[in-house]
Amino acid sequence: AENEQVSPLQNLDVGRSCILVSIAGKNVMLDCGMHMGYNDDRRFPDFSYITQNGRLTDFLDCVIISHFHLDHCGALPYFSEMVGYDGPIYMTHPTKAICPILLEDYRKITVDKKGETNFFTSQMIKDCMKKVVAVHLHQTVQVDEELEIKAYYAGHVLGAAMFQIKVGCESVVYTGDYNMTPDRHLGAAWIDKCRPDLLITESTYATTIRDSKRCRERDFLKKVHETVERGGKVLIPVFALGRAQELCILLETFWERMNLKAPIYFSTGLTEKANHYYKLFITWTNQKIRKTFVQRNMFEFKHIKAFDRAFADNPGPMVVFATPGMLHAGQSLQIFRKWAGNEKNMVIMPGYCVQGTVGHKILSGQRKLEMEGRQIVSSPKWLLIDKACAFHLLLLQLEVKMQVEYMSFSAHADAKGIMQLIRQAEPRNVLLVHGEAKKMEFLKQKIEQEFHVSCYMPANGETTTIFTNPSIPVDISLGLLKRETAIGLLPDVKKPKLMHGTLIMKDNSFRLVSPEQALKELGLAEHQLRFTCRVHIQDPRKEHETVLRVYNHLKGVLKDYSVQHLPDGSITVESILIQATAHSEDQGTKVLLVSWTYQDEELGSYLTSLLKKGLPQSTS
Amino acid sequence: MAAHLKKRVYEEFTKVVQQQHEDLSAKKLRLTKPSKSAALHVDLCKATSPADALQYLLQFARKPVEVESVEGVVRILLEHYYKENDASVRLKIASLLGLLSKTAGFSPDCIVDDAINTLQNEKSHQVLAQLLDTLLVIGTKLTENPSVRMRLVEVACKHLTDSSHGVRNKCLQLIGCLGPVEKGVAKEAESQAAKDVQKIIGDHFNDQDPRVRTAAIKAMLQLHERGLKLQQAIYGQACKLLADDYEQVRSAAVQLIWVLSQLYPESIVPIPSSNEEIRLVDDAFGKICHMVSDGSWVVRVQAAKLLGSMQQVSSHFLEQTLDKKLMSDLRRKRTAHERAKELYSSGEFSSGRKWGDDAPKEEIDTGAVNLIESGACGAFVHGLEDEMYEVRIAAVEALCMLAQSSPSFAEKCLDFLVDMFNDEIEEVRLQSIHTMRKISNNITLREDQLDTVLAVLEDSSRDIREALHELLCCTNVSTKEGIHLALVELLKNLTKYPTDRESIWKCLKFLGSRHPTLVLPLVPELLSTHPFFDTPEPDMDDPAYIAVLVLIFNAAKSCPTMPALFSDHTFRHYAYLRDSLSHLVPPLRLPGRKLVSSPVSPSITPHEDPSQQFLHQSLERVYNLQHLDPQGIQELLEFTIRDLQRLGELQSELAGMADFTATYLQCQLLLIKALQEKLWNMAAPLYLKQNALASAAAKQILEETYKMEFMYSGVESKQVVIIHHMRLQAKALQLIVTARTARGVEPLFGMCEKFLQEVDSFQRCFISELPRMQGSFVDKLLDLMPRLVTSKPSEVVKILQTTLRQSTFLHLPLPERLYRASANIIEPTGESDNPLRFTSGLVVALDVDATLEHVQDPQGTVKVQVLYPDGQAQLIHPKPADFRNPGPGRHRLITQVYLSHTAWTEPCQIEVRLLLAYNSNRSKATAKVPKSTWNESVEALPQPENGIEGTIPFSKPVKVYIMPKPARR
Repeated sequence: AENEQVSPLQNLDVGRSCILVSIAGKNVMLDCGMHMGYNDDRRFPDFSYITQNGRLTDFLDCVIISHFHLDHCGALPYFSEMVGYDGPIYMTHPTKAICPILLEDYRKITVDKKGETNFFTSQMIKDCMKKVVAVHLHQTVQVDEELEIKAYYAGHVLGAAMFQIKVGCESVVYTGDYNMTPDRHLGAAWIDKCRPDLLITESTYATTIRDSKRCRERDFLKKVHETVERGGKVLIPVFALGRAQELCILLETFWERMNLKAPIYFSTGLTEKANHYYKLFITWTNQKIRKTFVQRNMFEFKHIKAFDRAFADNPGPMVVFATPGMLHAGQSLQIFRKWAGNEKNMVIMPGYCVQGTVGHKILSGQRKLEMEGRQIVSSPKWLLIDKACAFHLLLLQLEVKMQVEYMSFSAHADAKGIMQLIRQAEPRNVLLVHGEAKKMEFLKQKIEQEFHVSCYMPANGETTTIFTNPSIPVDISLGLLKRETAIGLLPDVKKPKLMHGTLIMKDNSFRLVSPEQALKELGLAEHQLRFTCRVHIQDPRKEHETVLRVYNHLKGVLKDYSVQHLPDGSITVESILIQATAHSEDQGTKVLLVSWTYQDEELGSYLTSLLKKGLPQSTS
Repeated sequence: MAAHLKKRVYEEFTKVVQQQHEDLSAKKLRLTKPSKSAALHVDLCKATSPADALQYLLQFARKPVEVESVEGVVRILLEHYYKENDASVRLKIASLLGLLSKTAGFSPDCIVDDAINTLQNEKSHQVLAQLLDTLLVIGTKLTENPSVRMRLVEVACKHLTDSSHGVRNKCLQLIGCLGPVEKGVAKEAESQAAKDVQKIIGDHFNDQDPRVRTAAIKAMLQLHERGLKLQQAIYGQACKLLADDYEQVRSAAVQLIWVLSQLYPESIVPIPSSNEEIRLVDDAFGKICHMVSDGSWVVRVQAAKLLGSMQQVSSHFLEQTLDKKLMSDLRRKRTAHERAKELYSSGEFSSGRKWGDDAPKEEIDTGAVNLIESGACGAFVHGLEDEMYEVRIAAVEALCMLAQSSPSFAEKCLDFLVDMFNDEIEEVRLQSIHTMRKISNNITLREDQLDTVLAVLEDSSRDIREALHELLCCTNVSTKEGIHLALVELLKNLTKYPTDRESIWKCLKFLGSRHPTLVLPLVPELLSTHPFFDTPEPDMDDPAYIAVLVLIFNAAKSCPTMPALFSDHTFRHYAYLRDSLSHLVPPLRLPGRKLVSSPVSPSITPHEDPSQQFLHQSLERVYNLQHLDPQGIQELLEFTIRDLQRLGELQSELAGMADFTATYLQCQLLLIKALQEKLWNMAAPLYLKQNALASAAAKQILEETYKMEFMYSGVESKQVVIIHHMRLQAKALQLIVTARTARGVEPLFGMCEKFLQEVDSFQRCFISELPRMQGSFVDKLLDLMPRLVTSKPSEVVKILQTTLRQSTFLHLPLPERLYRASANIIEPTGESDNPLRFTSGLVVALDVDATLEHVQDPQGTVKVQVLYPDGQAQLIHPKPADFRNPGPGRHRLITQVYLSHTAWTEPCQIEVRLLLAYNSNRSKATAKVPKSTWNESVEALPQPENGIEGTIPFSKPVKVYIMPKPARR
C-alpha cells in the first residue's frame, strides 16, 4: 500500500491556509495564505518546515491557489520571490487577474501606510505572477508526466475553484473555500463523482445550518427600501471584493424591478478595477447573469455610481457602499460619523466584525461610542439644539441614533453543504481544515457516522498519513481480452472476472499476455505437464468389455462432454485419455490408466474420483 | 316539397360518383410512371464502389416511394444487402428498410421473414443495431399480429448477449415496445423467450454500459405505458439505480420509482438498517426527495416535477419536505419564518432586527442531528433554493400540486411561496404568484406574509403586477389591518402605474366582497367621515377615490349595516358609479331610497332572472306581431331595439345575448324599411334617392350579418342558418335594386345566376334546418325554384320582390350562452396633448395594450389598424407571442405598432383600432356541415361567397397625436 501525506502548515483557525500534500511521491502545496491578525513573521506560513535545506523548487512539484482571498494567496510573492520558488503556480483565470490587485493593495497598506520594511515589492508581485499558469474549469492540466490537476467550480468568490490532484490512480481533492448555495452573482459549487482517496475540505461553518438565503435577501431589501422611502440614508460597510458585488447586484436588480430613483454610490478605487474583471468573467457567474448578459451585462450598473466624499452631505435618501467592512477606518467610518446622529438613517453590517472595531461595538448594542481624535463631525444645528449631545461631545462621545442592522451574507458551505459535497464526490477519506477544532470534532463524528469513511483533522504542522489501496493497471492485449470475455457469461460490473494469462513484469510495467505469446517473447519452449493416475476396478470380464462398460458409464454421466471410444481400445473424454489393462497378478482386477494435462486438472480429478467410486452394477 | 328535396339529394349523389371517377384516373396516371424499384436496381448494379452505392442510396432516400412499389424496392434492397461487403452500405440499406416500412398504407407482413433473416449472418454491430431498429419499425406497424411480435421479441432476446451496447440497446427497446403485455398471450406462447419480459429487462439493470442500463429502464417504463403491471420486485433494483454514476440512468430510475409508487402505494417496505417498515409510496417519496439535491440538474428537475404528482404520500412525510433544522454552533436556531410567525402571534409589530435577534437558543444534542437525511427532509427547501431556475420552477409547480390536495400543507408552504416572490428570475416569480392563486382557497395570509406579497406590487413588470392583482382577488385576509394595508399598497401602485387602474378596481371589488366584516370598521376612516363635521366632498374622477368606493360598495353588498355610515355625497357617488361602472359596483339595498333595480333576492336562478324574462318577452312580442301595419311594426322594432341595447349595458351577463338580438332586429327593421311598398310603386328613375336608401340598407345588413356570425362566441348552427338567411335576403334586395337601376339585361343575367347559385348552396349547407323554416323567404324561393331557373332575369326579380315582401319574419332561437367579442384599447389612452415627434421617413414604435374578451383564436384574427389623416390605412398583424391569456375567454394584446409617414407641417391625429378578421370559408357553418359534402361542393361549384375575407372593427378607435418632422440636413 502506498500512502499520502498531508501536512497543513497553517490551519485549525480561520486565518490562513497553506497545506502540503505529498501524493505518490509528488509534493504539492495547496494555497499560500497569510494571517491578517499578525504584523510580524507569524503572518506568513513557516516555509522552512518544507525543506530544512535545499531549494523549494526542487522539493515542490507545483503550487495551487484556490481563490484570490488574501488568506489563501497573501504569502505568494513572499514565498516565490523572497523564499525562492521557481516552479509552476496554478490558479484560475479570474484569480490570476484579481489576485495581483489585492496583493498590491495589501502591500501598499503595509509598506506605505504602516511603513514596514522587509516586505515584498511591486516588482516581486509582478515576477511572481509571471510564474502563474492559468487553468480553465474542468481542464485537466498535466503538471508533469504523472501529476495532473483539474479545477472544479466552487462558488464562494469569482474564480474560486476546487482542485483535484491526481497521480496515477491516487487522487486528492482540495476544496479551498466553497459555497453550496447559489447567490445573486455566483452559482453553487459542483463536483462530479470523482471518488478521490482524500477530500480536503474547509469547515468554517462545521456546526451551522443556515436559513434560506431568500429570507435574508428579502429582509435586507425591505430594510433598505423602507429607509430610502422615508428619506433616510443607508450605509453598508463592505470589503472591496466578493460580498460587495453580490449586494450591488441585489440592490441594482431591486432598484430596476421596483423602479426606484434614490441614488446608490460605491466607494471608488480598488472596486472599480475589480468590477471590470467581474464584467469580463461572465462565464464564472450564475445562471441569471450568464443568460442575460447578451442584453445587458449585470455588472454594468445603471443605478450604482461612483462615490465622492462630498456626496455624504447631500440631502435626500441615498445608499452608500463603503470600505472597509468593519467600520474600523477609512471612508466607511467617516460616513458613519456623519450619519450616526440621525435616527432616519441606517447602517447595515453585512458580515462578521472583529472584536474591538466600531462595527463590533455597535452590533453588540453600544449606543455611545468614544471616538479617538477631534474629528467628531456633527451638524452645528444639532449642537445648538441638543444640549445633552453637546455634553457628550465634551466627552468625545458619539451617540448612535441611526438604526443598526446585521445581515449575514456569508459564502461558505454550511454543515449541510459540506455533507452534500462529500456525497457528490464520494471520497474514501475526508480531512477537515480551516475551522475551529471543537466544531470540526462534531462534523468529523457526523461524517464518520453517515458515510462510514475515516475523517481526519490534523493540527498545525501535524502530518497525517493516509493509506490507500491503489489499484495497479495492467496492460492486456485486445485479442486476449476478447477471447477471455467471450468465454462464459456476459461480464458483470459488480463481480470480478477470472482470466487466464501470463503476467509479465518488465521495465516497471505490467502486461497480461496469452501463454503462447509469453513463451515466444521469452524464447522458451513449451513444456507439457501431465498427470497420470491408476484406478483399480474389480471386474472379471475381458478388457475390452471393461472398457466398453467404462465408456457407457462415462457417456451416461458426462452428457455435456465429448466421450469417445477409440479403435485402439482407449477412451478419450475431451483431451483426457483412459486406458484399461488387466492387473498382472489378479485378472479380476483391471487397472484404469487416466492421464490428463495440467490445463484439464479440474475435469481430470473429477474423472478419477468418479472412477474410484467404481462402476455401477452392469445393466446388461 | 319532400319530393323536390329528394331530387336534390339524388343529384348530389351522382356528383359524388363522378368525383370518384376522377380519383381513379389520377391513380392511373401515377401508375404509368417508370417503376422505382427497377430504376434503383439499375443504379445499384451500376455502382462500382461502396461509396458510389451509398451515394445512390442517399439520393434514393430523398424521394418518397409509393405504397404499391414499396415491396419491390424492399426486395431489390435485400438482394443487394446480401451481396454487399461494405458495412456502411449495408447500414444504409437497413435504415432504408425501416424508412420504407413506415410508408403509410404499406403492410410489412411480407418482409418480416426477410428482415429477420438478414440478422443471421451479420457481423457488424452497427448494422445489427440498425436492423433491429428496422424490426422495431416493422413490429410497431404490425401490433395487431401477436405471432410476429413474439418472433421479433425472440430475436431481440437472442441478441441481448451481444457485446456492443448499441445492439443491446435496440434489443431492449424492441422488447419494451413489442413485449407481450397481456398475461394470456404470454401463456399461450410457449416460446422460451417470451416467458417473462420483465425479468429479461430487469437483468439488464446491472449491465456494464450506462446506455444499456438506461435503455433497460426505459423499456420497463415503455411496458408500463403499454399497460403491463410491473412487478413490485423491481423496486429494490430501481432504488439501487438511484446511486448510479450516470445522470441519464438516475433520471430514468427516478421515473421508474415514481411509476412503482403509483402502482403499489400501500405496500409495505422495510427500512434498511432498522426493523421498521413504511408504505412504499412514502419510501419512494423520500427517495425522490433525496434526488432533489442530486449533482445533475436534469435529475433534479425530473425529481422535483415528479414530487408534485405523489399525492398519496402521508402528511407526515409531506410536511418534512419544508423542514430544515437550523443551528448555529451546535445550538438550535429558529428560521426566519418561525421568528416572523412568533412575532405575529405575540402581537408585536416587526421592530426591525437587532444584532443577536436570531441568536441561537437551546443546545442541540449532537447525536440527534442528522445532516444528510435519507428521508424527505427539506427537499423543497433545497429545490426552491436551487441554482438553476428550471429546478426552482419545477419545485414551485410541485408545491402547487401538493398544496392543492392538502390544505394543511398549503398552509405550511405559504412562507416558502411568498419567499419565491423575490426570485431573481421573473418567470419564477410569476409562476409562484400563479401557484399561490391556485391554492388560495386553502389559505389565509398572515399580516407579515401579506406585507411581503404586497411589496411586489411595485414591480415594474406589468405581468407580475397583474398576476398579483389576480391573486389578491381570491386571497383570504385575516385582519382589518391586512385589508387596510392591501388598500394602501394598491393605491400606491395606482399612483405609480396609473395604467393598472382597471385591474386594481377589479381586485378591490373582490377584496371587498370577500371581507365585508373586515371592511366595516374601516369605513369611517376610508371615507374620512367625521361624527360632527362635514368633510369636503372628494373628487369623483379621482381613480383612487373610485378604488376606495369600489371596495366599500362591494363590502356593503353583504353587510346591511354599512350604508348607515355613508354620508350624503357617498350615496350620490354610488348612483353615479352604479351607472358608469356597473361591472364593478353591485346593486345595493339602500335605506330611504328607491332602488334603481327592483330588489333582487339572491335565490333566483338565472332562468327566472327578470332581465332574462324581459329579453324573451320583448322578443316574443316582436315575433308575434306579424300582421300589424308596417308603421306599427317599425315602431315596435325600434323600441325593442332600444330596450335591448340598454339591457345589454346594464346586465353585463346578458350583454352578448341582447346585442345579438338587437342586431338581428336591426337588420329586420332595415329590410322592412327598404321594402316599403310605396317606394317601389314609383317609376324607377324618379326615385334614385329611395334606391340609394335601399342599397345602403342591403349593404348594412350584409355587414351586420357578418358581425353576427363572427363576432359572437357561442353561436350555434341554428343561429347561423338565420344569419345566412338574412344575408340571402339582403342579397336579393341588392339584386332588386340593381335590376331597377341598371340599364340593359346583360349584367342582370350574371347576377341572377350568381344569386341562384347562392340559394342552391344555402340549401345544401343547411338542408337539415330547412323544415324549421316554414313560410320563410328561402322556403318559398325553393318552392319556386324550377320556375326561377327557367325564367328571364326580369321575371326573377319580380318574383323575388313579392317573395321578399310576403315572407315571414323568422324566429331567432337563442343559444344558452352568447358572448360578444370586444376589445378595449388601454394604451394609448388618446388623452395626450403632446404629439409623438419623430423624423419623417424613420419609424416610431407605438405601444399598444388592449384587452380582448371572448375572442376565439386571437392570434389568427385580431389585427391592428392605423388610419392616417390622409386616409391611408395600415393593417398590422401582431406576433402570436404578443397575446397573453390571463384567464378563460380573456386575452391581452401587448404589442408595438410601427408608424411612419412623410413630413407634416403640424401635428395631427391618427386613429388606432383593432379589427377582427374573418374568412367566410372558415365560417362556423362549414364546420358543422359534414366535411365531405362541403369539400365536394366546393370543387364542383366554386361559390362567389367563398373566401370572402373581411374585417370587423370591434374596438373604439383611439386617437394618437403624432408629428413627423422633416429630417434635418
